[in-house]
Amino acid sequence: MRRVAVTGAGTVNALGGDVPSTLRALREGRCAIGPLELRDLDRLQVRIGAQVRGWDEAARFSKAELALYDRATQFALVAGREAVAQAGLAFEGGLGLRAGVVMGTAAGGHGTWEDSYRAVFEEGRSRVHPLVVPRLMASAAASHLSMAHGLRGPAFTVSSACASSNHAVGLAFGMVRSGAADVMLAGGAEAMLSFGGVKAWEGLRVLAQDACRPFSATRSGMVMGEGAAVLVLEEWERAQARGAEILAEVAGFGMTADAGDIVRPSAEGAARAMRGALEDAGLAPGDVRYVNAHGTGTAANDRAECAAIAGAFGADLPLVSSTKSMHGHVIGATGAVELLACLMALREGVVAPTVGWEAPDPDCPLDVVPNEAREARVRACLSNAFAFGGLNAVLALRAA
Amino acid sequence: MDLRERVVAILAEQALLDPADLRDDMTLGELGIASLALVESLFAIEEAFDVSVPFNASAPEAGDFDASTVGSVVAAVERLVAARAA
Repeated sequence: MRRVAVTGAGTVNALGGDVPSTLRALREGRCAIGPLELRDLDRLQVRIGAQVRGWDEAARFSKAELALYDRATQFALVAGREAVAQAGLAFEGGLGLRAGVVMGTAAGGHGTWEDSYRAVFEEGRSRVHPLVVPRLMASAAASHLSMAHGLRGPAFTVSSACASSNHAVGLAFGMVRSGAADVMLAGGAEAMLSFGGVKAWEGLRVLAQDACRPFSATRSGMVMGEGAAVLVLEEWERAQARGAEILAEVAGFGMTADAGDIVRPSAEGAARAMRGALEDAGLAPGDVRYVNAHGTGTAANDRAECAAIAGAFGADLPLVSSTKSMHGHVIGATGAVELLACLMALREGVVAPTVGWEAPDPDCPLDVVPNEAREARVRACLSNAFAFGGLNAVLALRAA
Repeated sequence: MDLRERVVAILAEQALLDPADLRDDMTLGELGIASLALVESLFAIEEAFDVSVPFNASAPEAGDFDASTVGSVVAAVERLVAARAA
């Protein structure tokens, strides 16, 4: 079976506009959650989030491009450009035919839906912009990445709520491993931090009003974020032959469904996904020193996830941290953003902390790397994503 | 219907029971009102009484809205309505 190298990474999220600034923030334990700046904020109960600030779309894209690029697509394109530049790849000629892209998103062009509804329902307009459909479609980011880089092989978007980008990276990994493609861009993009997006989440009563404190006894829910991250996955020998810097190896992928409740997670389904990823990667629990948790900061997730980690790892418990405490829950893009923390652990030996942690919870008896990053020699790690609807996707990475 | 009857009717609808069968000391758990059904009940209460219910599923004790029993929910809604009128 072919091996799969990560040869590029890019991101836009509340912690930073690229990978170096994001890793710096993760290392420093900096929290990007703050007061939201949104229209009609006074009509929201929840007024915090991890927003990408100072995003000047007009300075980044032409007017014609903006007619087609929802905020989520914009994030994806900027992240993709950084990832491809780092990989040092050009897709002209034959390579483009053997290259593709899989993106994950939960809500697609949510802001475009919302603005269009507002125009016709609230403002009483009789028409919306003619390019609304290609702008809001969930697959828009994958399409524009394919066009921007000339990726002419498999290209599509997957949607599994908060596991979307782990499913995307997992599928792209499978394609490179099997030989269906030689290079795949993979990741996720999400821009649901709008009045309607927050309003919808508010109703579920799972959002915190002050901070995201995963695994802390004082946790009070999740905090929404936004952004994108894109990785370049490349067949190992190809990457080696051209002298590319290999950032890490994607070694395994496990996916399961709880087949239980639409919102309540099951420890059994999550543990099965982690065991599946370990087995697929040929790793023993003792080989894995770090797990980037789903760690939303809700009572239900954190309790189930800790039980699942104990179930999958037994006595060989790894370090566990939730970087959502810093970049927020990036919904369908969150797994891709969190892979950056995995790359940091594998390459730099620094495990990103769980910030905002205040007090131990007997339901979470793990070393959650509270508040300060930790040096540790990490040769392999897992990244968890457990979505509403009981859809679980876990990636296993190995140091290059 | 008075406030109590309206709250009981909302909970009874979620529990798929006759309102006459609900007693104040019954827990929402024994009525099968948990997770999504609880969230839907609180939404129905907010809409019916034009109040905002301070209840967070991850920190149920934090918000001064005791959702443990039928009686505690009625009392909490009475307080919210009184506070709104004040």
